[in-house]
Amino acid sequence: MSLIEITEVRKRFGENEVLKGINLDVEPGEVIAIIGKSGSGKSTLLRCINGLETIDDGSISVAGAQLLPDELHLRALRLKVGMIFQGFNLFPHLSAGRNVMLSPMVVKKVSAREAEVEARARLEQVGLGHKFDAYPDQLSGGQQQRVAIARALAMKPLALLCDEITSALDPELVNEVLNVVGKLADEGMTLLMVTHEMRFAREVCDRVVFMHLGRVHEIGPPEEVFAHPKTPELQQFLGMT
Amino acid sequence: MITFSTWDIVSNLLLAARWTVLLSLVAFAGGGIVGLMLLYARISRAAALRRAASVYIELFQGTPLLMQLFLAFFGLPLLGVEVSPWLAAGVTLTLWTAAFLAEIWRGCVEAIPKGQWEASSSLAMSFFEQLRHVILPQAMRIAVPPTVGFSVQVVKGTALTSIIGFVELTKAATIITNATFEPFTVYGFAALIYFILCWPLSKSSQILERKLNVAHRNH
Repeated sequence: MSLIEITEVRKRFGENEVLKGINLDVEPGEVIAIIGKSGSGKSTLLRCINGLETIDDGSISVAGAQLLPDELHLRALRLKVGMIFQGFNLFPHLSAGRNVMLSPMVVKKVSAREAEVEARARLEQVGLGHKFDAYPDQLSGGQQQRVAIARALAMKPLALLCDEITSALDPELVNEVLNVVGKLADEGMTLLMVTHEMRFAREVCDRVVFMHLGRVHEIGPPEEVFAHPKTPELQQFLGMT
Repeated sequence: MITFSTWDIVSNLLLAARWTVLLSLVAFAGGGIVGLMLLYARISRAAALRRAASVYIELFQGTPLLMQLFLAFFGLPLLGVEVSPWLAAGVTLTLWTAAFLAEIWRGCVEAIPKGQWEASSSLAMSFFEQLRHVILPQAMRIAVPPTVGFSVQVVKGTALTSIIGFVELTKAATIITNATFEPFTVYGFAALIYFILCWPLSKSSQILERKLNVAHRNH
């Protein structure tokens, strides 16, 4: 059974249908890059998977947890899949360590001591063990994004959704974040990432999904998608025509 | 004819001012509690609750405080509920304060970036957990200056309760005037006492605003 099952998903914003029947199954441990022009629906698709957007039709499930619009089901779903955002969205009133500790303590009722041990381990994992007591505004963008990754990991998700997580970073900070994500991929984390980092997608991902006008336009292993794009839209997107 | 020294006037006004202070505190504390409940309703996910809270707020913001006092003081006895001026004043001011505080605080909650809701949602927090741990701690910082600023309105609002016979600063001033025939002196002192109560509040609101703004730091 696939870890993430996306079946005939449709999503409308008013008159505008942004997802026009998406089908995508993600296996455990798979790393998938979603590429496409802005407005192609790639971020919306990602946001549907953990219920930040409702869907109008079709179904999404992660490890058996169905996407349904009530709080109980959403909570069950979100316990299985974490998300990292373009804008980091760290909690500015909490230190890095507290950011990581908060959700395990509040949602999973883990004791403060246990949560702290876990938080230190996760910050260590993203190379920020020494920043436990730093506040978000004392960290660089790259460091903030790595704290956000640690925060998501502390909930022990089965999969991570990454929504253009390097797009808001200065160029010299992109790699420190990508390195962390690459390491996660090596360790077998299931990753679904919307990205503009084509080189990263080519090197790290198992499959690349090209979205166009609300549909999965082309899908395949990176060698194939990048070297031999079949459709003119993908060729154009990759700058080959 | 009895003569009144300035000290007689001032001391009596000061005694009455205790009631102004007490009524202000009651209205502000009670209004804070009711206002917090209204805030929850106002931003809740249940549409009926949101609607009810917004009707309440619009009613209290859209009618003069004086009318609300009259309705409480003269209206309730028609329903067979006897109310003292003290009770009518306390309840009305509490409800009135709650409506304004809830609306001020709603603005503060809405000023928190959407990403904070999304991040806490994606970490599986429930609505109340998000509010309690992520949104309100940040919103409270923004809320402090306007909340303190509004407390000035509450203090001045208590003056209206003199009309339903609650003996606070303004009512006392009227009584003293009737005995001394020195309205300018008496009301002058009364106004001065109001100013002494309110000025530190508005000043501290300004200082807090500057502090919380300049210290962009969130800790």
